[in-house]
Amino acid sequence: MTNRLSWFIIFWLIAVFAFLYAPIISVVVYSFNASKLVTVWGGWSVKWYGALANDRQIIDAAILSLEIAAISSTLATILGTIAGYVLVRFPKFLGRTAFSGMVSAPLVMPEVITGLSMLLLFISMEQLIGWPQGRGFTTVIIAHVTFTLSYVAVVMRSRFLVLDLSLEEAAQDLGARPLKVFFVITLPIVLPAIISGWLLGFTISLDDLVISSFTNGPGTSTLPMVVFSKVRLGLDPKINALATIIIAIVAIGVIIATVHIRRLERQRQRDEQMAMRAIAAQA
Amino acid sequence: MAATDIVRASRLPASGWLESLLSRLGISGRTLVIAIPFLWLLLYFFLPFLIVLKVSLAFIAIAQPPYTHYDAAGNFVLNIGDSYGRLVKDALYIKAYLNSLMVAAISTLLCLFIGYPFAYGMARCHRSVRNILLMLVILPFWTSFLIRVYAWIGLLKNNGLINEFLMWLGLIDSPIGMMNTNFAVYLGIVYSYLPFMILPLYANLEKMDMSLIEAATDLGCKPLKAFFLITVPLSFPGIVAGSMLVFIPAVGEYVIPELLGGPSSLMIGRILWGEFFSNRDWPTASAVAIAILLALVVPLMFYQKYQDKEMAKES
Repeated sequence: MTNRLSWFIIFWLIAVFAFLYAPIISVVVYSFNASKLVTVWGGWSVKWYGALANDRQIIDAAILSLEIAAISSTLATILGTIAGYVLVRFPKFLGRTAFSGMVSAPLVMPEVITGLSMLLLFISMEQLIGWPQGRGFTTVIIAHVTFTLSYVAVVMRSRFLVLDLSLEEAAQDLGARPLKVFFVITLPIVLPAIISGWLLGFTISLDDLVISSFTNGPGTSTLPMVVFSKVRLGLDPKINALATIIIAIVAIGVIIATVHIRRLERQRQRDEQMAMRAIAAQA
Repeated sequence: MAATDIVRASRLPASGWLESLLSRLGISGRTLVIAIPFLWLLLYFFLPFLIVLKVSLAFIAIAQPPYTHYDAAGNFVLNIGDSYGRLVKDALYIKAYLNSLMVAAISTLLCLFIGYPFAYGMARCHRSVRNILLMLVILPFWTSFLIRVYAWIGLLKNNGLINEFLMWLGLIDSPIGMMNTNFAVYLGIVYSYLPFMILPLYANLEKMDMSLIEAATDLGCKPLKAFFLITVPLSFPGIVAGSMLVFIPAVGEYVIPELLGGPSSLMIGRILWGEFFSNRDWPTASAVAIAILLALVVPLMFYQKYQDKEMAKES
């Protein structure tokens, strides 16, 4: 590679990172602005955080969104882990192509289509079997599970693809039944991936505006819906404060999770090596 | 550790009852494992599309829900004329439809031009730096999408940061109108979807066999020529994956044109939203959804094919 090309690449890396982070940094800085006009600097202040803490509408919506995200992400992690496992371990079954299509399509499907179609399904179901009654908490959760399970499935699929089969085979040779092998051997090994899948599902559910808008009912305004209705009217320093809190939590969360998952994985590798050495010593 | 796990496992009473119950019902564990996610997706992902198709053939009605399949005389009719007829006859829909495809295509190309050198640079960095850079690319993706779009309002407004900065530099005298323009929509889409382009490109370029490039340069090939003759064609699967991940959702984008675009930024996702929420015309909203899906069938198949190929390669 010529020197000129690598200088270009370094410049490009810096420029793109600046592009990615400049807007986020500007939101954070202006959340500490004393002036009510979001773009005019009036000195440092934390008063918008106080105003945010007293805004019942935002607080209630945030609690609701966290509940929805926790429940739907947990269900999506269970279903997505099974889906990822099926995609890797069962190369042939009736409808496999359809299945893998349905697992990956929600990742790219425009949200307005997913939202509209789920709402129409809920309404048709209510007409036919009387469930779910009306729209609200339950329907939003079902919708969130359906589109976040794809994200979990993709994470889990790539984990199962590189999973060493020998441990499971050893357990099976020693007489463990398939279900037991899965829960006692496979699951603990892929636990770090399951945690990242859950976190991904959680943040995606927490962030969803469009699908929730279609599938919600009266009284279930999620946080993105409240934020969107405020943002539509223009800039609001309280939203900057809220954004800063979210960014701080996410940044800290991602860093802790990354470090922790790496440690879990190293621990696992060390354990496996020790076991291998023990087996070698016996033989 | 692994050995003790196995010993512990044999002592657990675990799941024997479940297996015996299943075998009594004549369902193998394998079938059950496949059936759980399969049925969920059939019911909640596939079936809804058929219902959208059904509703797109209905009449508007003043009822709850606001559509009916029966005409004034009470006969069951598949009503193609109202919803689809409106899409074809009204120039607004066609314009929005074509505009969405164009905006999505141009944004995809912009993401590719910005993302490719970036992913290439990341993949050529030292291993330890690479993981940090990767985390920095993923981090904005974890923070709220809505807030990242909101951030641009503060930057693009007439009295926003960019205009203030340019005026302070003395480059411009009066603010440039950037907010509520098509420019803002492109910017918002490129900004929001760039990580989706970078990640598959990076995953591909990182695995690339560098000895091929070395061989080419050893044989007298210029680096830039080697890049276009070897690196770019080899990274084609990454280019397809990234492009589909940007293009497909961008066609139906609602939030970005709604917040950053002006009244002239017609996009089909916005039309669908308006028909559904403002006009309460569910048949037309459904017909718009079907029309978007028709445009996305081929890109979706491309995307699916790539996914399967990647999986086959890895296993």
